[in-house]
Amino acid sequence: MQQVSYFELIGFGPNGWGWSLLIATGMTLAVALCGFLAGSVVGTLVAWAKLSRNVAARSLADGYTTILRGIPDLLVIYLFYFGGSAALSAIGSLFGAEGFIGVPAFVTGALAIGIVSGAYQAEVFRGAYQVVGRGEIEAARSVGMHRWLMFRRIIAPQVLRYAIPGLGNTWQLVLKESALISVTGLVELLRQSHIAAGSTRRPFDFYITAAVLYLAITWVSTYLFQRAETHSMRGMRRAS
Amino acid sequence: MSNAAFSSVSVSQGVSPVSSTPAVSVQDLRKSFGALEVLKGVSLEAREGDVISILGASGSGKSTMLRCINMLEVPDSGEIKISGEAIRLKPTRRGMEPADQSQVDRIRSRVAMVFQSFNLWSHMTILENVIEAPVHVQKRPKSECIAEAEALLEKVGIFDKRNQYPSHLSGGQQQRAAIARALAMRPQVMLFDEPTSALDPELVGEVLRVMRSLAEEGRTMLVVTHEMGFARDVSNRVIFLHQGMVEEQGTPAEVFGAPKSERFKQFISSHR
Amino acid sequence: MDFAFMRDTFLQLMTGVPLTLNLAFTSVAFGAVFAMLLALMRMSNVRVLDGIARTYVFVFRGTPLLVQIFLIYYGLGQFRPVLQEWGLWSFFREPYWCAVLALTLNTAAYASEIFRGGLQAVPHQQVEAARACGMSGFLLFRRIIFPIALRQALPAYGSEIILMVKATSLASIITMMEITGLAAKLISQTFRAVEVFIVAGAIYLVLNFVITRIIMAVEWWLSPHLRRPPAIEPKLEAAHV
Repeated sequence: MQQVSYFELIGFGPNGWGWSLLIATGMTLAVALCGFLAGSVVGTLVAWAKLSRNVAARSLADGYTTILRGIPDLLVIYLFYFGGSAALSAIGSLFGAEGFIGVPAFVTGALAIGIVSGAYQAEVFRGAYQVVGRGEIEAARSVGMHRWLMFRRIIAPQVLRYAIPGLGNTWQLVLKESALISVTGLVELLRQSHIAAGSTRRPFDFYITAAVLYLAITWVSTYLFQRAETHSMRGMRRAS
Repeated sequence: MSNAAFSSVSVSQGVSPVSSTPAVSVQDLRKSFGALEVLKGVSLEAREGDVISILGASGSGKSTMLRCINMLEVPDSGEIKISGEAIRLKPTRRGMEPADQSQVDRIRSRVAMVFQSFNLWSHMTILENVIEAPVHVQKRPKSECIAEAEALLEKVGIFDKRNQYPSHLSGGQQQRAAIARALAMRPQVMLFDEPTSALDPELVGEVLRVMRSLAEEGRTMLVVTHEMGFARDVSNRVIFLHQGMVEEQGTPAEVFGAPKSERFKQFISSHR
Repeated sequence: MDFAFMRDTFLQLMTGVPLTLNLAFTSVAFGAVFAMLLALMRMSNVRVLDGIARTYVFVFRGTPLLVQIFLIYYGLGQFRPVLQEWGLWSFFREPYWCAVLALTLNTAAYASEIFRGGLQAVPHQQVEAARACGMSGFLLFRRIIFPIALRQALPAYGSEIILMVKATSLASIITMMEITGLAAKLISQTFRAVEVFIVAGAIYLVLNFVITRIIMAVEWWLSPHLRRPPAIEPKLEAAHV
């Protein structure tokens, strides 16, 4: 039996897994991106709660970040995957449906990532908000801006600018975390490598390929975040 | 710079040297940082018991010269001898480097240094700071070092602070602790690099008092300072550096009484 | 809520705690040694060593831990004949050792950056003072640089230890029955994800709380110089009376 060469194996020929790996990489990016955006929404709300004067909201938000930072992400994914399905099945049985209804793995994955990364993004946003000068907010108030207008025109753009480095770090975390979604059967990069490794009995070749693809995404996104940071910091005095 | 100048100074101080070998001898020291030549051939000789004040404006090279003596800066050329032992240097790609690190370590443990910013080790108590080098570099018995360290701390007046950490002490107390740390190595020569410049004015006196008592004991001291009073009253020789060269030197009476250099006159009048 | 079920779950999950802690501490211990080596390579000023360490850190921080675990546990199986020849197969056959190896390599990459930060934060003047006293080489590192760097790095390193405790959960994917592995088994048997999650999550939270407290205690114990001085100097002499 002739051994297929490595490049044939991961190439785009008849024996190659190239297309499958590329599509799976796209899936990794998609689930990571959706999770990251969900996390931004959660993170904004939690940061807002943390900064509010309402004691209940504040302690609720603190509890949320403490818990999510203290328990493994994999456990959260299990909760969403199995818990979501159980809830859906229960609702389904109310309407006469029978048996187990699975939640789409993409949805549970993106939600789980969103909940976990929300805790990290909340800290990033809170830190960034605290850097925004009191004076600028007072200035906005003094020209008669309403809360929502002030948030939209003054606070949000500034917070975002200061948050970019922190968000970059969180994105890297999210990207790596998305590999955990493979346990729910979503065919993202790691799952696809696992499948290919099983069917060709060349596990090393596929996992090393997956590692290289993850590295490539990391590398490109580091570059993009750096670009975004320099772009957003134009007009700021350099601290040197 | 002629050697005659040195011998005349030694004679005029009226003390017969204990031995003929000078405690510190620096010959034609040169040092550049990049394109900037900081020392342009400085020579100096300290006999045992000499207290030499080194004066000069900032950037005159006085600190660099002091730091060259114990190799915190490595000179580009020139010779440094401690009690007649020349520090061996070797040229490398990155410039000169000590040829033998163990020789440098040995010499450094005989040449104690007191820094402008005290540089006490923040993770050790005052007593631990003082016994660190005697125990770990000189390998003397710990109990002996502790007894000696306590006596030294008593002498500089901070025995009651011995179990506290540097951050708990005032600047003056920290500098006195640093002096005790230097003394604990039983040094042949003590280098002081602007020991009072980082202190609040009201704390300068307590440090100068300790230094004066050391001078009276007959210790060999090289002191980079801005304290004209110390230079005039305590030291037996004054050297004024200007742009990396010795501009004026002599006994305090000579240099303060009848300064030859115009720049030194200006310097004195601006440091009253 | 079914408390009887939760109590049973708790008792079952507790049997996974030793393995979780075992994995975490073994890999943290090995990882710390390796990380120190990497940090020194980064700071060695030797371009080759610096480049190797830099690449290592980039690769291990830029790829998911699960990929690293799979590479070692499944991937190296591709070279089984070679590994058998070298007598290493018995090591790589064991999921425990594969998990420990992957976690060690992973934490070393993160910790080396923390150590490097700590070493760089050692005030230059204090090193200079030590040199002026005749210290150099290993003595200087052991007595002055390392103790100061350790204190600087400890808060960040504490977070890394917590992250490692969480990361041990990935070992469950290669059949290790630690807390998360047991929890996943229970969930798939009972389909009571919420209850099992609450119990498992609580166990992790308590573990991490205790570890955080221990690290804080070590930090407190190591940095008396950052605390307020004792109000009254203790009379040591009194003890001798």
